[in-house]
Amino acid sequence: MEIGGIIAYLVSLAIMAGIYAVFALGLNIQWGYTGLMNFGIAGFFCIGAYTSAMITTPMPTGVYAKYVHQIFGLNLPFVFGLLGAAFVCGILALLIGIPTLKLREDYLAISTLGIAETFRLIFNNEHWLANGPRGLMGLPQPFQNWVDPKNYNYLYLVIIVMIVLIIYFLIERGIRSPWGRVLRAIREDEVSASMSGKDIFNFKMQSLIFGAMIMGMGGALYAHYTKAISPDVFTPLYGTFIIWVMLIAGGSGNNKGAILGAYVIWAIWIGTTFMTDLLPPALKARAPYIRFLLIGVMLEIILLYRPEGLLGEEKKVSKLIG
Amino acid sequence: MLELTVYGIVFGSIISLGAIGLSLVYGIIRFANFAHGDLMSTGAYVALFMVTVVLGWMGIPDTNFGSLSFGWRMLIALPVSMFVVAWVAIALDRILYRKLRVKGSHVGIMAMSSLGAAFIIRMIILIVWGADSLFYRPGILRPALELPVGIKIRPDQILILVMVFVLVALLHLFLQKTKLGKAMRATSDNMELALVSGIDTERVIIWTWGIGGALAAAGGILYGIDVQLHPYMGWNFLIPLFAATILGTIGNIYGALVGGLVIGIAQQVSTAFLMPTYKPAVAFLFMILILLVRPKGIFGGKD
Repeated sequence: MEIGGIIAYLVSLAIMAGIYAVFALGLNIQWGYTGLMNFGIAGFFCIGAYTSAMITTPMPTGVYAKYVHQIFGLNLPFVFGLLGAAFVCGILALLIGIPTLKLREDYLAISTLGIAETFRLIFNNEHWLANGPRGLMGLPQPFQNWVDPKNYNYLYLVIIVMIVLIIYFLIERGIRSPWGRVLRAIREDEVSASMSGKDIFNFKMQSLIFGAMIMGMGGALYAHYTKAISPDVFTPLYGTFIIWVMLIAGGSGNNKGAILGAYVIWAIWIGTTFMTDLLPPALKARAPYIRFLLIGVMLEIILLYRPEGLLGEEKKVSKLIG
Repeated sequence: MLELTVYGIVFGSIISLGAIGLSLVYGIIRFANFAHGDLMSTGAYVALFMVTVVLGWMGIPDTNFGSLSFGWRMLIALPVSMFVVAWVAIALDRILYRKLRVKGSHVGIMAMSSLGAAFIIRMIILIVWGADSLFYRPGILRPALELPVGIKIRPDQILILVMVFVLVALLHLFLQKTKLGKAMRATSDNMELALVSGIDTERVIIWTWGIGGALAAAGGILYGIDVQLHPYMGWNFLIPLFAATILGTIGNIYGALVGGLVIGIAQQVSTAFLMPTYKPAVAFLFMILILLVRPKGIFGGKD
């Protein structure tokens, strides 16, 4: 591979890791700062991606209408897709939060996991909704007319980096405000936070919704990067598990850690393909399983021996305290 | 509809086996074991390994009992697999969960650890057996018996019900009559009180995992006999298992039994209106309803 190819490859790597960084940041609000267990990130991923896809594509017409079914198609610019995805995921989080946030904390984990599986089933089986298992294709990319399609990924990387930075500074601001300190107080000790007069349910709900909206944007960014989505993308492995590994490896409760974790784990994940290339041909078909096995073992080792992750939690809670 | 209800009872009794173990562990160690479904898969695949490799090599004849779809090999493989999975469950606790428990980790970390264990188990199954569906007996005709009211049922399914009944009865006797069983119930009620009454809670925890693992293995094998083996079978059981456990009140094994049957019937009957692929979603919907109406389950006290 000549140098241009390598750079193009690294750029595509950086884009995917950047998209995962968005999810890790969203999860960091929920889990890292508030202690909410969202085991169904794949559900928000899925809804975000499909919402944005249908907002930005036109309703299929003519011959296409026979083969492609989707419940709506608004043909609006990318920004609307991105914001629409965030909005719908926020509503969804509200609906999940109502029955679960007042109960034992692990009920949220079970419920979100259930909802993610349910959405995958619905998108797979309901052809009228978003074309069933074949999914949607030919999604538009923001500013795609500005550059040669060959070099488009460079532009998309810039967009991703900007969005990651905006989300990062937004969360940093929120978390260093009184609001953020309440979230941490709830995570540390719900009873004493409630005794200080804080409405626990409300704060948890806000955190769940805020995180889910960011995840929705992650879904949208993914959809417009790959230009094609289908339900089999949003599996518990690629859509939930690996994001948890990223956040825990980077450092829960640390936004820099969330971004770092996304890049490190994605690099390891891609790096293992080179390793499995060395396997005998008989085992090659099962290489993805071996790679995921390694990721799973790595998670268990981190949980046991370095639960704070690479960076650990940032203890500074206010910009006013030196 | 009546026929679907009967199939629902068969399917539900398999869910019950898993849910009883999940509920026991949930009640005693207070953590949601997301790997419980995959323990069911482990049981099914260990039995497959026994039936197709080990017992064949040992020269155990491969004939069927009457009109059942299995014979001596399965009869030996079932208890062996239950024993193996009991130890797998105990080993997971020793290697992973106990260390986290001792460190006082957040329940979320424990749950994450079990989710990781679930993926590890599934990946091992996928690496060894591949992603295709497998059968204990490929290509066998499975004749159904015609019961009086026009219900068709296979002899296998009747045997599944008998097996579940026997296992639950044994567990009932164990919990009510033996000292260890009583200790287990006491620990489930109140761990601190059990500790100060001189109960060796670590020993109770080991037995809890062992029993939970063994029952999960039996559930997985019976599902494999009734339907098929698939690497994702345990994962698809996970939502029904949690639904049954919560419906029957966490920690209550009789509740888990009832919960399993209710969820199983609901899932099967739903296939009259919905595509069968929606079965896990039906269990999920049921669970959300329970959480809204009666989050402590049918056998739990009021808030």
